[in-house]
Amino acid sequence: MTRIYPETPAGPFDPPPAVFTDAENRQIEIQTYDDGSIEPFVTMYLAFEPADRAQGIPPTNEPRIREWLEQILIDESVNVYATYDGGVIGHATLVPDGNDAYELAIFVLRAYQQSGIGTRLIYCLLGAGQARGVERVWLSVERWNAAARALYRNVGFEPTDADGFEFEMSLRLSATQ
Amino acid sequence: MRILVGIDQSDRVAPVLSGACQRLSDGDSITVAVVAPTDEASMDELEMAVSDYVDANELGATVTTLSGHPGSELVELAERKGFDRLVIDGGRRSPLGKIQLAALTEFVLLNATMTVTLIR
Repeated sequence: MTRIYPETPAGPFDPPPAVFTDAENRQIEIQTYDDGSIEPFVTMYLAFEPADRAQGIPPTNEPRIREWLEQILIDESVNVYATYDGGVIGHATLVPDGNDAYELAIFVLRAYQQSGIGTRLIYCLLGAGQARGVERVWLSVERWNAAARALYRNVGFEPTDADGFEFEMSLRLSATQ
Repeated sequence: MRILVGIDQSDRVAPVLSGACQRLSDGDSITVAVVAPTDEASMDELEMAVSDYVDANELGATVTTLSGHPGSELVELAERKGFDRLVIDGGRRSPLGKIQLAALTEFVLLNATMTVTLIR
């Protein structure tokens, strides 16, 4: 499948680490994941609100969560995560799609949503992606999810396929070499 | 029960047909309709792959081809011939694991009047 990407690169974006105070006055830290333990992520996804799942992810039970994380928290992917009080409360990832582009997704625990953490996570993720030389990023979002679509659009994503159940958007992170 | 299986992808012939057959009861009959392929295979190649699978596994299924818009042709055939159930591929997963509904899946789900089974 040929996906269209914007001609002009978005950003530049700053990679992690980042520390900031969210809208609820919580001190949030964002870091890049490399080669650490997956356990803090398992804990986060076990606490994930099932109603906040989209398009079948994250999975709902522990074995499937572990299996899924083992496919995502790999060297080839770019992962950043947000912590509060020592626990992981948000995670954003770029997973290679096998066609020189990366699929993006972001997850924030319900108690930490709508406080600016998601936006910061995406900026940090794209910064980490830029630092790693990622050129093209795409995502799909459920058609009804206007809030998510607006957030992605603000970051620089443009719609590519509006025909299906899912709404696809893409972004260029750096000019093609 | 009379079952119509729609096939639109050469690499999904075996999973979809074996999935459809696992759910058969005595007296059920299967018809396989080959529709315009969504991958690089030609219609003839896809029909050949389906016929080979049907013969090799002794499914005793009738194989037919449908030209034109895959979803509407499939639903129209199922209604006209009074099939009880339509079986199609349930879509794939993105690199991240998100479920992606193919155009055929989406059309059949929204437009079929009979029970639809998605094979994953």
